[in-house]
Amino acid sequence: MSKRRIMGLFNDFEEAHSAIAELLDANIKGFTRDDITLKSPIEHPEVEQVLGERPVKVQRFTFFGALFGGITAFTLIASAQATFLMQSKGGKPIVPIPPDLVLTYEMFILGGVLMTVLGFLIGAGLPSRRSSLYNVKVSEDQIGVLLNLEERNMQAAKDLLRKHNVLEIMEEVRK
Amino acid sequence: MNNSAEEKDIREDIAWAQINKDVMKSLESPRPIYWVMFAGALAMLLVGVGCEIYQYQVGLGVANFSNPHVWGLYIATFIFWIGMSHSGTLLSAILHLMHADWRKPIYRFAEAMTTFSLMTAGLFVAVHLGRVWNIYWAIPYPNDRGIWPNFQSPLLWDAMAIFTYLTSSIIFLYIGSIPDLAICRDNTTGWRKKLYTMLSLGWMGTDRQWRNFRKTYLLIACFLIPLAVSVHSIVASDFAMSQQPGWHITSFPPYFVAGALYSGCAAIITLFIILRYTFRFEEYMTLPILDKTARLTFAIAMVWTYLNLIEYASVWYGHDMYSKEILIQKATGPYAPFWWAMNFCGSVVPFLLAFKSLRRHIPTMMVASLLLNLGMWLERWMIVAPTYSHGYYPYTWDHDQWPSFVQWGIVFGSFGWFGLLFMGFCKIIPSVSMYEVKEMVYHRTLERRKETEWKGEKA
Repeated sequence: MSKRRIMGLFNDFEEAHSAIAELLDANIKGFTRDDITLKSPIEHPEVEQVLGERPVKVQRFTFFGALFGGITAFTLIASAQATFLMQSKGGKPIVPIPPDLVLTYEMFILGGVLMTVLGFLIGAGLPSRRSSLYNVKVSEDQIGVLLNLEERNMQAAKDLLRKHNVLEIMEEVRK
Repeated sequence: MNNSAEEKDIREDIAWAQINKDVMKSLESPRPIYWVMFAGALAMLLVGVGCEIYQYQVGLGVANFSNPHVWGLYIATFIFWIGMSHSGTLLSAILHLMHADWRKPIYRFAEAMTTFSLMTAGLFVAVHLGRVWNIYWAIPYPNDRGIWPNFQSPLLWDAMAIFTYLTSSIIFLYIGSIPDLAICRDNTTGWRKKLYTMLSLGWMGTDRQWRNFRKTYLLIACFLIPLAVSVHSIVASDFAMSQQPGWHITSFPPYFVAGALYSGCAAIITLFIILRYTFRFEEYMTLPILDKTARLTFAIAMVWTYLNLIEYASVWYGHDMYSKEILIQKATGPYAPFWWAMNFCGSVVPFLLAFKSLRRHIPTMMVASLLLNLGMWLERWMIVAPTYSHGYYPYTWDHDQWPSFVQWGIVFGSFGWFGLLFMGFCKIIPSVSMYEVKEMVYHRTLERRKETEWKGEKA
């Protein structure tokens, strides 16, 4: 069955939170936690109490970015120094580890930061086109609860949102 | 006078819509003083550009550069601007990890200060070169000139560290601004709307976006702290790893880092006061927050003072007669007025910040913050110039060198360049973080409510 999206706007987070909790308790057929998205002007980690923990994978990008940056830096510097083999080094090491570690350290950080940004963009799904179900009030002081529902469940969900003092219900326009 | 309501960092009953309105208004209609400062900064920049053009055409001689005076005010000012850049890291990253939420209304402009200070510092690397048109020779790429950088040189580490710091700072500033750019997108029209639509990347404030945003912000903050320490330690290594008397000192890296945090904090106080008045931010940049910033500055000032005294003591008792002579020269020679002024501004003036009534008196804080920064600038000059004027061999001594108007003009111009970038930024990007202020208000209200409930239950 085809699904449609609606978004309810709430005055505060507590109302949105209890609406989400009741929606999930209602055991609507074919409707799961993954069909709910919260839109808010600030972060509300408390929403995970009802939506469950949703993993963030940015740190994996960070780890591999930092590792890649450090290894690449050391390899490039050491390779450049190794080309000086024909030059007299006066008994000093061709690849001096302590000074090379300074630049390795800087590139370790740069690699980590750049890949963290990439991880953020991928994880957050940015850049993206703005959804048709968006209200400027969400960036001001209201909370949006976006639901992805089957047509037959639409009325029940709307009634439930109204029960929790929803200010407005926006519906996705069918194309 | 000090009732509990006045002690709050921010009014907790402020409406979120009002926060948006107030901050958005700062982008549209600042007080007329904004344009006066903008014009002043532009005039200063033009003076600097004029001096640079003259120096470019005639040569470094017009700056009064000669052997042994090869760095002069340019490198002293370079260190000063690098130091200023540490403020953003302190407020955004260190205080973020420490959950000090009072930083929220003021960290955005401190981050901007970091970025623009680094951009200003970078200019001096080019300016102090005799043949600025050959600056690309420093870039490491295989070439027919057979020039390859010396990877063991702190100057090369410096270039890499500053590049990394600048890149990371820009990213940190931008990522942290995305939710606010979305607010701007939703509340503007015309070219501004187009700009903010592009910059906000389609941010909609979904729980997925917020989760990733928070983690990213935290991770970059964790990277920025060691990075900031490494940047100024490496700048210190430019001096400490050389054999010059007065520079070859083990405590230089922590001394430089403390000085950087110190000047950064002092600059935050200056800009705090300017922005508070110019953009009518009295509601957000409150006196209790100024008080906390001043206390932080005082603590760092005392760390700097301690490290300064350690440096004097280690030179005095270190049996290195050349370094000791430099110290005596600083205190009694031609640079003595500046050296004593540095000690006065850096170690005595901060005691003003020990008094609560003065910490909340805006004119006093403005004067004190400017004096602290004057002290910090003099500190950098007193590191560079006296050593060059009084080296190992008496035939290299040159105590009479004085920077020419060209050097002063370019240093003056750098403040104009920084001012112009900063003032421009404040008209385009919100200088108060709207979403963070909302979070601050929200969490504090929740805490207050819980406290009241707990007290009620207890009763």
